[in-house]
Amino acid sequence: MPTTRRQFLSLAGGITTAGVMPVVTLRPIEATPAMLNTAIRNVVGEAPIRTGKVKLDIPPLVENGNTVPMTVSVASPMTATDYVKSIHVFNEKNPQPNIGNFYLTPSSGRAQVATRIRLADTQKVVAIARLSDDTFWQIAADVVVTLAACTEEMN
Amino acid sequence: MPALINVPPKARRGEVIEIRTLTSHIMETGFRHTADGKLVPRDIITSFSCRYNGAEIFRADLFPAIAANPYLSFFTVARESGKFEFEWIGDNGYSSTASASIIVE
Repeated sequence: MPTTRRQFLSLAGGITTAGVMPVVTLRPIEATPAMLNTAIRNVVGEAPIRTGKVKLDIPPLVENGNTVPMTVSVASPMTATDYVKSIHVFNEKNPQPNIGNFYLTPSSGRAQVATRIRLADTQKVVAIARLSDDTFWQIAADVVVTLAACTEEMN
Repeated sequence: MPALINVPPKARRGEVIEIRTLTSHIMETGFRHTADGKLVPRDIITSFSCRYNGAEIFRADLFPAIAANPYLSFFTVARESGKFEFEWIGDNGYSSTASASIIVE
């Protein structure tokens, strides 16, 4: 990014209405919904994705996008014949659409993973589970982020 | 100590236990710039795995969207006494391991 944030802000200070500030130029690279779809199709292939079974616990409003607690759980008996193979988490507007892939086994006992993620903007987070019968189930959650992660400068 | 591992020291046979791991790592995204406009190169952990008495029970692919000092929580059935081995692999040849033992009664 050739323009620093400080230079940009002093330039933008000349514009009186905050509403017309081209804030988008501060974030030159974002995953677009098209990238999100591509990332999902890379995992799922052409299989249909049904809604349900998956639960995504993430705060609807976060102050700091640098560390957002997230828990994904899937309703599954976790037996040798009926279990969750993997859980995949995606985002809509970070520079890259992937967040994490988590691979479980029947001996996991409970289909649940938790981690802490980064969100660069207010956006949608999508969790997809692949079951042992190779069906895919998804859930999406909207998260409002007041302080974004990833794109700030390093000092 | 680069990693904090939380495994219950004792469990009943067949009990579902939670395993929590936290490791120290910058998880530099590769999307940030310095004040003079240079791109800060990516430096993240890309892979985590957990083995229980030698058999892999959990694996994760991590991306820059995972927060610094990656935290992971997952579950397993306590089958037998033994050892959990954890491994983190990342950019620039990063590799780190840890282990924890459990007594199953």
